[in-house]
Amino acid sequence: MSDQFSEQHRIDLAPGDEGEGGVGLRVLGYVVGLGLAILLTATSFFVAGTDLVWQPSIPVAIIVLAIAQMGVHLVFFLHITTGPDNTNNVMALAFGVLIVFLVIGGSLWIMANLNQNMMPMDQIMQMQR
Amino acid sequence: MFGKLSWSAIPIDQPIPMIASGVVGLVILGVLAWVVLAGHLPYLWREWITSVDHKRIGVMYTLLATVMLLRGFADALMMRSQQAVAFQSQGYLPPEHYNQIFSAHGTIMIFFVAMPFVIGLMNLVVPLQLGVRDVAFPTLNSVGFWLTATGALLVNISLVVGEFARTGWLPYPPLSELTYSPGVGVDYYLWALQISGVGTLVAGINLVTTVLKLRTRGMTYLRMPMFCWTTLASNLLIVAAFPILTATLAMLILDRYFGFHFFTNEAGGNVMMFMNLIWAWGHPEVYILVLPAFGIFSEVVSTFSGKPLFGYRSMVLATMAICVISFMVWLHHFFTMGAGPYVNAIFGIASMIIAVPTGVKIYNWLFTMYGGRVRFDTPMLWAIGFMVTFILGGLTGVLVAVPPADFLLHNSLFLVAHFHNVIIGGVLFGAFAGYAYWFPKAFGFRLHEGLGKAAFWCWLIGFYVAFMPLYALGFLGMTRRMQHYDVPEWRPWLLIAAVGAIIILIGIAFQIMQLVVSIRHREALRDRTGDPWDGRSLEWATASPPPVFNFAILPDVSGEDAYWSLKAHARQQDLEKREPNYKDIEMPRNSPTGFICAFFATIMGFALIWHIWWMVAAGAIGAFATFVAFAWRDHDEYVIPAKEVARIDRANIEERRALISLAGA
Repeated sequence: MSDQFSEQHRIDLAPGDEGEGGVGLRVLGYVVGLGLAILLTATSFFVAGTDLVWQPSIPVAIIVLAIAQMGVHLVFFLHITTGPDNTNNVMALAFGVLIVFLVIGGSLWIMANLNQNMMPMDQIMQMQR
Repeated sequence: MFGKLSWSAIPIDQPIPMIASGVVGLVILGVLAWVVLAGHLPYLWREWITSVDHKRIGVMYTLLATVMLLRGFADALMMRSQQAVAFQSQGYLPPEHYNQIFSAHGTIMIFFVAMPFVIGLMNLVVPLQLGVRDVAFPTLNSVGFWLTATGALLVNISLVVGEFARTGWLPYPPLSELTYSPGVGVDYYLWALQISGVGTLVAGINLVTTVLKLRTRGMTYLRMPMFCWTTLASNLLIVAAFPILTATLAMLILDRYFGFHFFTNEAGGNVMMFMNLIWAWGHPEVYILVLPAFGIFSEVVSTFSGKPLFGYRSMVLATMAICVISFMVWLHHFFTMGAGPYVNAIFGIASMIIAVPTGVKIYNWLFTMYGGRVRFDTPMLWAIGFMVTFILGGLTGVLVAVPPADFLLHNSLFLVAHFHNVIIGGVLFGAFAGYAYWFPKAFGFRLHEGLGKAAFWCWLIGFYVAFMPLYALGFLGMTRRMQHYDVPEWRPWLLIAAVGAIIILIGIAFQIMQLVVSIRHREALRDRTGDPWDGRSLEWATASPPPVFNFAILPDVSGEDAYWSLKAHARQQDLEKREPNYKDIEMPRNSPTGFICAFFATIMGFALIWHIWWMVAAGAIGAFATFVAFAWRDHDEYVIPAKEVARIDRANIEERRALISLAGA
């Protein structure tokens, strides 16, 4: 890879990605990522157990923290960026998210619907007697 | 010491499996003795077993598939003959044996025939079509193949030691739970599929990476041959769907081995969750198999019509649409399980929608043939046979996609006829078309045409005679998997179906004869040009069989149908006379990693089935140690010097030029 080429793409590099500076900088990228991940995890645990915030907002807070956690992982550990050399990774991520959404969403929907059409449990017990 | 394993595991009192396994054992021993005594073992070890060459691995996958096809077909013959005689009697197969046979038939045909056949063809052809030297991860490729072989081996061991599952090809709980299947049959199924599933996933990752990352210069996505596109779609589905299968079977394993309650009747388990998850994998699996076949037909139809593929871009779009929609239809496998009308309706409509891109493909193939000069060689016959047969299967598929119709036809022989209609007519005909089409590329000589055509006609006619009666039987109310029956109206149809199976048997006999005759007369059938069919894509630009490095100089692609335009240019400007600048080529070294890993995986799988825990540990440690040893290797590549490359390539160019001038004279 020529110098000019890497110069052009410098702005697209994710933290800790290969090609950026020395080993020190890459390690720093991973350390920052780890720090953020720990911070977000600790906050989630703290929020779950605390009564400092309005109780009904806790699930929402945990969802927000979880999404932030995913973002940290994608940027610092999986090196996803918006650069042109990252199209494959972004597409793979999008495909993965779509499939997970279809399978999990579909399963929840189907299973919920199956249970709706089930005879109430006490009636089944009645029939077994 | 040996867990559940004892001498009573060997079914000495049952003559059929004992005789069958005895014959198979003798054949294997005979082949092994011949290999060792004739001194072929070092060659086989060096050039095939440890090979990381994508072409060799592709051939081995295909070989595994054809051997297992014979096993699966033997099961089919037994089922057909049992149902032909079991009218108001018990027939000759006791129920517990009959149940193992239909379970083994389905498992083998899907996992160890159809899968290795299409993966083998993709392995063999895709790097050549992309104009590159190998797949992205050559050693991983070898590991994937040998793990698949491990799964096949475990299924076959179950014939002699213990028993196979009696649950059908998908082990529905609660029947497959410990309460109702206390034997080792389901465990054989589970571990064979878990181990070969890892192999399939590895192959999928490998091929996706190859298509996305390793294309020759100028080979943009929209210049790739159709087969590469369907390979990409099919392997994306493998990567997305196989983890679901692995997770589902892992939950069943936890139920059976550690007393969990994922799918049990009691303690909060939910049986329906298994049906849901297994089909969330199972429906994409159908398209994993048939998409590569669509790719093969696209190549074959365009080559033998002498025209570029009609509607290339619509074909790409249709392929990728199928890739996504295949994840939105899985409920149609269990309409009758009790979901409400609007859930059933939505999945029914999605199932009808997925027929649209498939229809687009059929029209594209028809318009490719239209106005072309069609040559009716064997691969093209398979393609035409496919189009007719597959349309029929597709239409019955749309019929059972209508929930009310499905309530009548669910679990009947109509369903059995439908999926054999699409899997034999689609996947298997595709695999055979690819086999006839690419055989000269893999081995350097063509297959005998006459016997190939005879095999085709037997398969086609045999298919219709064997499976059309099953549609009728479905309407007459016969359910699948019946060991015996008392309804006189069914008898004639089942006798006709048995005749169909015999016609297919004759077709298989023709195929074996074709292979033997072709090997005997290989000098007369030799393909010296590397381009026996007047092909259009890059695999025909190199010699047959291709040198280990595939291309001396990686081709530079400037449009669709890369080799076709290359040929047109060569004729106009006589470019073949220029002397390219040959360079040293680095190739990956062969490695026994895959074989040794699979060896330990076999030990581990067998030990897990029989609860021999010390052997499980030994197998796991061995497999992990192999991996560590591989990770710490020093040399992973060797260099083919430029001189050697030049020598091999010049010989090929000389052959071609001689033949071109002969043709011109």
